[in-house]
Amino acid sequence: MASAPQTLFDKVWRAHEVSAESADSPAVLYIDLHLIHEVTSPQAFAVLRERGLSVRRPERTLATMDHSTPTLTAQVFGGAPIALEAARRQVRELEANCAEFGVELLGLTHSERGIVHIIGPELGLTQPGKTIVCGDSHTSTHGAVGALAFGIGTTEVGHVLATQCLLQRKPRTLAVNVSGELRAGVTAKDLILTIIGRLGVSGGTGHVIEYRGDTIRALDMDERMTVCNMSIEAGARAGMIAPDETTYRYLEGRPRAPRGEAWERALEAWRALPTDALARFDREVELDAAAVEPMITYGTNPGMVIPIGGAIPQRCGDAAFSQALAYMGLAPGEPIRDRPVNVVFLGSCTNARLSDLRSAARLLQGRRIAPGLRMLVVPGSQQVKRQAEAEGLDRVFLEAGAEWRESGCSMCLGMNGDVVGRGEYAVSTSNRNFEGRQGSGARTLLASPLTAAACAVRGRVTDPRELM
Amino acid sequence: MPIERFTILTSRTVVLPGANIDTDQIIPARFLTTTTRAGLGEHLFADWRYLPDGTPRSDFVLNRPEAHGCRILVAGGNFGCGSSREHAPWALADYGFRAVISTELADIFRSNCLKNGLLPVIVDEPTSAWLIEHPGAQVTLDVLAGTLTLPRGAAVPFALEAFARHCLLRGLDELDYLLERRNEIEAFERRA
Repeated sequence: MASAPQTLFDKVWRAHEVSAESADSPAVLYIDLHLIHEVTSPQAFAVLRERGLSVRRPERTLATMDHSTPTLTAQVFGGAPIALEAARRQVRELEANCAEFGVELLGLTHSERGIVHIIGPELGLTQPGKTIVCGDSHTSTHGAVGALAFGIGTTEVGHVLATQCLLQRKPRTLAVNVSGELRAGVTAKDLILTIIGRLGVSGGTGHVIEYRGDTIRALDMDERMTVCNMSIEAGARAGMIAPDETTYRYLEGRPRAPRGEAWERALEAWRALPTDALARFDREVELDAAAVEPMITYGTNPGMVIPIGGAIPQRCGDAAFSQALAYMGLAPGEPIRDRPVNVVFLGSCTNARLSDLRSAARLLQGRRIAPGLRMLVVPGSQQVKRQAEAEGLDRVFLEAGAEWRESGCSMCLGMNGDVVGRGEYAVSTSNRNFEGRQGSGARTLLASPLTAAACAVRGRVTDPRELM
Repeated sequence: MPIERFTILTSRTVVLPGANIDTDQIIPARFLTTTTRAGLGEHLFADWRYLPDGTPRSDFVLNRPEAHGCRILVAGGNFGCGSSREHAPWALADYGFRAVISTELADIFRSNCLKNGLLPVIVDEPTSAWLIEHPGAQVTLDVLAGTLTLPRGAAVPFALEAFARHCLLRGLDELDYLLERRNEIEAFERRA
């Protein structure tokens, strides 16, 4: 008898069930790849130590440092100490934990270091059909290759270190079907912001999203990662895209991807992963890509988003909405276009891959950022940084008046001292516009790298198509 | 390693009514530089609770005298969205909360709560609306019965999966449960 049609998610989930869930107990799910970083791992290693446990599969674990690390060259490579004592301590503690438990660490000065969700795919460790977890909610990024990847808490980091498994309830499935062609000046970031605006910030709660349709098939891998990255901003723990030739071309030859015969075997298995024709999703949503505009957020969650040419909406009697606008210093009915901008941040696991830097640099080429505006460019990894420098992108940014830094999470969450000032407006290519996210009192407007570059040139909220 | 058992809790409530309160508000990222779990309660809701110079804001609910000793937080929908930081439930628990009641909790936050003896309670809209309109109400949460009892005696059921209930009532740690499954995990690794 032929088995029932399955979704991509069902196939990956079932292949990793050590034991299936029942009414009384959750599933025991096996984890293929565990990525760890300095901020959400120390307390997990402490539990192992307290209980005399070892790391069950160190070869399935990879550590790097990104969240609290400095982005100034002298603090990374020597010449100056790490300015923040707490960051220094976390870096040292991760080094000590990795040495004690035999976990490979791409440390502060390593040539392959970078934001954890950028280096996984870059190294070819992120592969279709794998289960991937990390103590970070943007682990959903890795779903772009057809992996089941989701963020976990620190207690669960301890569970995976000790047992290579997690206790999980099976989530429901949500298909987001996108068809049509994105117009010039409209990017994958605008698409995912539109999707979040449509679903709402809790619309995906309890679900794994599969992004489908001809628009998604036409995206390159960097763009697919941008889309999957922000699944969590719609409340979904994971976002997935079925692997295809684009995926295989991206992975082939990467340092930690399978080679030779192993590659052929892997390819055969990966080709069986896409959702079967008759498989059913618990929910489906349709979106027309041709109607997507360059988007920007105006509030304090990523669902508060409008086209750049649009006006800030009214929501009478919604106290949280009014509080958000008060925090942002904006009023209902106002246009967002032409609002003054103080800071532009080009970086983060959402938009700091090479293609993001290229897209911003193309717009900045031969131009300068507005007087008094600060622009910080933070590549997603040391490899991205070197590639960008080989293409001369660093010169474009520096000549435009921007700062060019070492890789890390940086101003996305402001843990390392790269912060936006109180009351300042920052157009940011990152993923969260929460109150205080980029610094106490900072006001964040999320947008694409292209839009961010246009805003930097004008010093005001600008539709990038005006400068293209 | 046992965690604190959770059977019945009676307490007055503190209410934070807004929807979509994210974990960056519960505990801002600049406090994630700690390498232990202890002491985060001091920084709970730091940017709402303190003025930039560190003095408490008298208009924030946790700084009012009636909030003292309350162990149940009533929150708007989608509480705990955003970052996966377990520092959020650590901070809530360290402050003294033992339960969070909402119409909806973000997935990762809810999972993190259960691992730290913080009871996630999902109720329907009318119950949530009543609780939000009556801050300081004395309510009882019964894990075994799966009920929330309001001051006038009405008991409202809340959903809690059997495994979570079992762990809370006995103070069991999920890691022990997983470690006991070593043979099954080894068998899986052999056939994978």
